[in-house]
Amino acid sequence: MIGLAKFGSTFLSSVIQAPQLRPEAASSIAEGVDHLYFVLTFITLFFTIAIFSTIFFFMVKYRRRAENEVPPDTEENLPLELAWTIIPTLICAGLFLWASSLYFENSRPPSASTEIFVIGKQWMWHIQHPEGVREINELHVPEGVPVKLTMTSEDVIHDFYIPAFRVKKDVVPGRYSSLWFQATKAGTYHLFCAQYCGADHAEMLGWVYVMSPADYETWLASGTPSETMEKTGEKIFNKLGCSSCHQPDGTGRGPSLVGDYGKEEDLKSGEKRLVDEAFIRQAIINPNSVVLKNYPPIMPTFRGQINEEQVLQLIAYVKSLASEERNSNGK
Amino acid sequence: MSTATLDVHEVPTGSRVNYLNAQYGVKSWLLTTDHKRIALLYLFSITLMFFVGGTFAVLMRLHLIEPQGALVQPETYNKLFTMHGVIMVFFFLVPSIPATLGNFLVPMMIGARDLAFPRLNLLSWYIYIIGAIFTLYAVISGGVDTGWTFYTPYSSSFSHTSVIPTALGVFITGFSSILTGLNFVVTIHKMRAPGLTWFRLPLFIWAIYATSIIFILGTPVIAITLFLLGLERLLHIGIFDPAIGGDPILFQHLFWFYSHPAVYIMILPGMGVMSELITCFSRKRIFGYSFVAFSSLSIAVISFLVWGHHMFVTGQSIYAGLTFSVLSFMVAIPSAVKVFNWTATLYKGSISYDAPMLYALGFIGLFTMGGLTGFFLASLATDVHLNGTYFIVAHFHYIMVGGAVMAYLGGIHFWWPKITGRLYPDGWARFAALVIFVGFNLTFFPQFMLGYLGMPRRYAVYPSEFQVLNVMSSAGASILGIGYLIPLIYLTWSMRYGPTAGPNPWGAKGLEWTTPSPPPTENFEEIPVVTEDAYDYAHSTVTRG
Repeated sequence: MIGLAKFGSTFLSSVIQAPQLRPEAASSIAEGVDHLYFVLTFITLFFTIAIFSTIFFFMVKYRRRAENEVPPDTEENLPLELAWTIIPTLICAGLFLWASSLYFENSRPPSASTEIFVIGKQWMWHIQHPEGVREINELHVPEGVPVKLTMTSEDVIHDFYIPAFRVKKDVVPGRYSSLWFQATKAGTYHLFCAQYCGADHAEMLGWVYVMSPADYETWLASGTPSETMEKTGEKIFNKLGCSSCHQPDGTGRGPSLVGDYGKEEDLKSGEKRLVDEAFIRQAIINPNSVVLKNYPPIMPTFRGQINEEQVLQLIAYVKSLASEERNSNGK
Repeated sequence: MSTATLDVHEVPTGSRVNYLNAQYGVKSWLLTTDHKRIALLYLFSITLMFFVGGTFAVLMRLHLIEPQGALVQPETYNKLFTMHGVIMVFFFLVPSIPATLGNFLVPMMIGARDLAFPRLNLLSWYIYIIGAIFTLYAVISGGVDTGWTFYTPYSSSFSHTSVIPTALGVFITGFSSILTGLNFVVTIHKMRAPGLTWFRLPLFIWAIYATSIIFILGTPVIAITLFLLGLERLLHIGIFDPAIGGDPILFQHLFWFYSHPAVYIMILPGMGVMSELITCFSRKRIFGYSFVAFSSLSIAVISFLVWGHHMFVTGQSIYAGLTFSVLSFMVAIPSAVKVFNWTATLYKGSISYDAPMLYALGFIGLFTMGGLTGFFLASLATDVHLNGTYFIVAHFHYIMVGGAVMAYLGGIHFWWPKITGRLYPDGWARFAALVIFVGFNLTFFPQFMLGYLGMPRRYAVYPSEFQVLNVMSSAGASILGIGYLIPLIYLTWSMRYGPTAGPNPWGAKGLEWTTPSPPPTENFEEIPVVTEDAYDYAHSTVTRG
C-alpha cells in the first residue's frame, strides 16, 4: 500500500512544479516529508471531490418534484456502514504507520553529528559553534554533514523552524531540546521563530547559510578569532570557583568531573541518572535536586549568576574533561 | 408590496399569547426563566461578541495586505489576534449552538415545558455576561497579547498586558458552560415526553448530550489551569515559569486537555444541526441513526485523549507522540462515518434547496476539507513542518468557521420561523449562503498554501514572497465579512416586517414543529405522547405551513 502511495506521490510531485506551491527542499528528510504531504493532499482532494460529486448528483437526481412528495424509507444497510467505517480505519492505519516510521527515522540524529548550540532570546537567535564562533540570527552549516542543534531559551518558549529543511522544534526555557538535519543543497534559507514569543515575534528571523564543507571550514577559520567553547567554559569554571571543590583528582569536597560526562551516577535519592547536558545544567542551576550519593549537599546554586550561554560553555568544558580522560586512557 | 408589508405589521402574530408577547418590558426579559427567552438573550449577546471578534479579524487581514504591515504596530497586531481568538472561542463558538439553539430546542424537542433547572439557566446567562464584561474590560483597558492559548511563561511572567482580566473572564464564563451542560444532561435524562425513548430522540439531542458531557468534564480543567496561571502571575508561585521552578510544558498539557475537547464542544452541536437539516430537506429518515448517534458519543470520549497532538514539537517523547498520533487518527473515524451517513440520507430523497439546506451543504464540504486536512497534522512527519504555520490556522478555521459557524447559521435559518414567528426573504438567505461559502474559501484556502510554504502564524510582518497569497486571503475576508452582515440585516428586518410563519413552514418532523410559531410560554398545551421514530417522514403526509 505504501509502495502504491509512493508511486502516486512521485506522479503528483512531477505534476506540481510551480515554484509558489512547494517550498524549497534542501535537507535529507525534505523529500520524504513531501511525498507524504502529496499523498495526503491526494487523499483530501479525492474524498472531498467524491463526497461533493455524490451530493451534487443526488441533489439533481432526487430534487423535489412535487411539494407534497414523500419518498419511501431506505433500508438500513449494515455492510455499507461497516465498509465506510473499516475502509477509512485502514487508510488511517496506513497513514499512521507511514508517518510515524518517517518521523521515527527523522527524529534520530546520526551519531557522528556536528554539534551547534542555539539560545533563543526575545527576539533573536544566538548561535555558538563549538570552535567558538558566535553568530546572531545567522546559522552557517556545511552541506552533506549531519548537524545537531542543542537549544534552550533565556526567557519564553521560542521555536526553531527552517521550512526548507522541514524541521522544527520548540526552544523551551529551563531545558534542552535538540534538532538535527543534514542540508543537501548549498544556498540561503529562512529561519523563523514559530512559537509566539511577544511583541517582535515576527522579527525573530534569521538566515541559514548552507556551504560546501570546504567553504564552511574557511568561514569558520575566518570568523572573529575567538577561543573555543570549552576554553571559555574552563575560564568560567575557574572564575566561579568551581575548581576549588571539583578537583580533577577527586580530593576536593565535590566529585571530580574528569570522565564524568556520559557516566551513570547514583543520587542520594536512590535514583540513577545519566550525566548528560540536561543533568549538568540541573546540577548548576538547582544542585540540591541532584546530590550524589557519597557527597554532602553543599553546592550553592548558580541560578541568576550565569546565563544560558555560559551554562553551555561550562557543559562544553565538562564534556572536554571526559574526552581528555578517554584520550589519556588511550595513550 | 408595501401594503402587504403593512398588513403583516398590523396583524399581531396570530393574536394569540406566545412566549414573546406574554409579557413586556426589560424586566420581563432580564428576570425570565423561560428557556426560549434565555435562548434569545444568549442569541443577542453572542451575536454582539461575534461581530466584535469579527471586527478584529477584518483589521488583521487588512493589516496583512502588505508584508511590512499596512495598519498597526506589531504590538497592536498581537493584541488583535489574541482578542479575536479569545472572543470567538470562549464567547462565541463554545456557547453558540448549545446556548441559543440548544436552550430553545432541547425542551421543545423532547416535549418538555422547560429545562430541569430554569433559574440555573438564567444564572448561566448572567455568569456568561459577567465573564464577557471582564474580557471586554480587558479589551478597553489596553488589550491582551498572549494569544488565546495563554502559553506560559510568556503569559505568566513576561506579558505587560491585561492578562488577568481576560483570564478571569474566561474562567468565569466557564461556569456558565458547566451549568448549561448540567442542565441539559438532567433535562435529557429526566424530562423526555412519554414514549420518547433514547433511540427516538432527534440526533440534535444526542449531539447536545455529548457536548454537555464535555462541558461538565472538561471546563473545570481550563478553570484550574487559568487559576494556576493567575497565581503565578500575581503571587509569583512557581508553577509554569522555569525561572521560579515551574514547568512551561505542564501548562500546555493542562490547557489542551480542555481545549482539544473544546473543539468538539464547538463542532458536535453543529453536527447535530446537520442531522436535522439534511433529514428535513430530503424528507428522509437519517441513514444509520445509531451509527450517527454513537459516533457523537465516541467523539466526546476520544476527544479527551488526543490533546498531545498539539505538542508534537515541544520535545515530548517520541512514544508519546506516536500514542497521540494514533488516537488523533481514531477520532477522525466517527466524523467520517457521520459525513457518509448524511450523504447516504440524500439517496432517493426529495431534496429541496431552501436556504438552511444550502448552509448544510456548505457545512459538509468545508467540514470534510477541515477534517481531512487534520490528517496532515495527526501525521507526525508532516506535523513537524506544518505545526505553528498558517496551515494550522486554515485547518481549524475550516472546522470552526466552515463547520461550526455554517451549521450555526443553517440552524438559525431553519428554526428562525419557530423562534420569531416570522419568515425571512429566502432569496437573500440563499445569496448570503453563497457569498459566505465563496468568501470563506477565498480567505482560508490560500492559508493552507502559505502554511506549507512555511509562513508561521501570528506574524505581524512577513517576508514579501508570501504577499500574493496573503492579499488573496484578505480579499476573501472582506467578502466573508459582507456575507455575515447580510443575514444580520435581513433577519433583523424580518423580526418586524417578515411575513408571519405558520407552525411548520418546512414540513419538518419533530415535536418543536407541532407547536404554533412562536410557541406559547409553556411550549405544549398538553405534553405530547411519542409513538414514532425520529424523522419518520415516510409514514406520514408532510405539509408545509
